[in-house]
Amino acid sequence: MSEYLLLLLGTALVNNVVLVKFLGLCPFMGVSKKMDSAMGMGMATTFVLTLTTAATWMLEHWLLQPLGIGYLRILAFILVIAAVVQFTEMVIRKTSPGLYQVLGIYLPLITTNCAVLGLSLLNVQEKHAFVSSLLYGFGSALGFTLVLLLFAGLRERLALAQVPAAFAGAPIGFVVAGLLSLAFMGFAGLV
Amino acid sequence: MIAALLSLTLLGLTLGFGLGFAAIRLKVEGNPLVTELEALLPGSQCGQCGFPGCAGAAQALADGSAPVTLCPPGGRPLVEALAAKLGVEADLSGMEDSGPQVAEVLEDLCIGCTKCYKVCPTDAIMGAAKQIHVVFREACTACAKCVDVCPTEATRMVALPATLQTWYWTRPEMA
Repeated sequence: MSEYLLLLLGTALVNNVVLVKFLGLCPFMGVSKKMDSAMGMGMATTFVLTLTTAATWMLEHWLLQPLGIGYLRILAFILVIAAVVQFTEMVIRKTSPGLYQVLGIYLPLITTNCAVLGLSLLNVQEKHAFVSSLLYGFGSALGFTLVLLLFAGLRERLALAQVPAAFAGAPIGFVVAGLLSLAFMGFAGLV
Repeated sequence: MIAALLSLTLLGLTLGFGLGFAAIRLKVEGNPLVTELEALLPGSQCGQCGFPGCAGAAQALADGSAPVTLCPPGGRPLVEALAAKLGVEADLSGMEDSGPQVAEVLEDLCIGCTKCYKVCPTDAIMGAAKQIHVVFREACTACAKCVDVCPTEATRMVALPATLQTWYWTRPEMA
């Protein structure tokens, strides 16, 4: 049990997917202007990441490894990820139109989020078992959501702050992202 | 090799059929009127109506929250079609009909800045940096986005030149 808790903590905070592994930077900068959209993106990513880590684990261990075609990993993973995202979109659209409205365009955009493919590949590299790879995906997605929300909150305050004209907008965003990344270095050695 | 081919093909087919099946089973009954209205609109997503793309405009039209005259590129024919579809009286007083138009790049003024080429929603402008740009008339929807961004006023809207198919005799002038 404690092993799983440590895995969750480690992926969410210590090896944070955005600030330490530098994956998924595009939504991190792109969808962090407002808390609402950051929350929506975080939720959608969490859902998809957990599903895809499970799906790619099954693909890897039941198809790619038995047949010895590991070199097709990236191709097959992208195929599965795209299908899962598409399917998720259909299900959400059918079952909860409200959530579908909130997630909107962010849902299909997750297909191209490098964190999704990256985590599936890392899972293979680190030879995780099924449950731990599921938790690995879920924990990383939690970390992603946390950082996205933190950053969105910071940027909402930045929008009101007096920033020198040369730094206004994206530049100060990058500076803040760097500082946030430094802050997350404090978690190193926690697990 | 064979295993790789077969397994990827099978995987793709399974996922494809699965998604296709899911699309039918999980189909959401949208408002059919919105779909029909969207089919009438130009579909260039130029955003001049103030809605995010033609789908948003069609939704607003169906809700009745937007006037049928909302689409500048569509012009008078679109207003009439929309009014007929929605069964409302169209107020055409604000729409002067200038006939079909297309964009044109004045070659003497074009500096090849690629700004118009980037904003064109239908990819109707061909060009590269420091090359004179041209407009493909077949693809142009006359949304006039390129006119606003041109720094040298080299793009303008012109009436579609008459061809053998569209030209007709002018009416005799009244004495």
